[in-house]
Amino acid sequence: MVPTSYYLVLSAVLFGLGVVAFVFKRNIITIFMSIELMLNAVNLAFVAFSRALGQLQGQVFVFFVIVVAAAEAAVGLAIIIVIARNRGTLDVERVDSLKH
Amino acid sequence: MTPQIAVFLVLAAMAVAGAVNLILQRHPIHSALSLIVVMVALAGLYLLQGAEFIAAVQIIVYGGAIMVLFVFVIMLLNAGEEERTNLSRMARYVGVPLGVVFLLEVAYWIGRATSHMAQSSPQAVSTRELSTLLFREYVFPFELTSFLILIAILGALVLARREDSD
Repeated sequence: MVPTSYYLVLSAVLFGLGVVAFVFKRNIITIFMSIELMLNAVNLAFVAFSRALGQLQGQVFVFFVIVVAAAEAAVGLAIIIVIARNRGTLDVERVDSLKH
Repeated sequence: MTPQIAVFLVLAAMAVAGAVNLILQRHPIHSALSLIVVMVALAGLYLLQGAEFIAAVQIIVYGGAIMVLFVFVIMLLNAGEEERTNLSRMARYVGVPLGVVFLLEVAYWIGRATSHMAQSSPQAVSTRELSTLLFREYVFPFELTSFLILIAILGALVLARREDSD
């Protein structure tokens, strides 16, 4: 049996890598993908706690997180398409109208 | 080392390698493919924890629907490699230490918290119990998610529609 803390550390590592990718990447699609990575890391922690505590609620929450992530991906990618159409770029540093 | 721990280590290495590759790749399609590797590895970890339903949903919804949507949008927009700028070098010097500090802090607190967490005997949970919980106790939020998806579909359609067509 794998200890719960292994899963939690893996979840933290994946979340941290998601944060690094969010700060690192310049492409708006990749930034969006790093958000999905962070959501996945949180789901792993939910399932690990669900098993450790013997309660199923954690898995129900994971199910809802996945559903919300799907809705978020649909709307977010539509926004990205609009940005790409209006600006002609996917680089977040070129989307700087508020700065000028 | 029990077989479970060996499987865990292989899947965890897969997930971490995929996540690191997501950061290292410059082309978004390569990042998307590495993210698919992470998601498949996580589905394996869910199976290892006895969460069969979540593993199936992970493969179908994340690996199937969401990532296909991502790859589709990347190809639709013909996204190229991202370029290096001064600010991305700054992000390297600020982002990496920030991420490392965050990781260490989280690992520290997990180590402290789980060391005295009572390890209750994990029972095998079945998909039947999960569905009973989902459709009895959580049936109202479950129905609400269908509204959420409907609104998301409408929003995506309205956003992505060409303005000159109306």
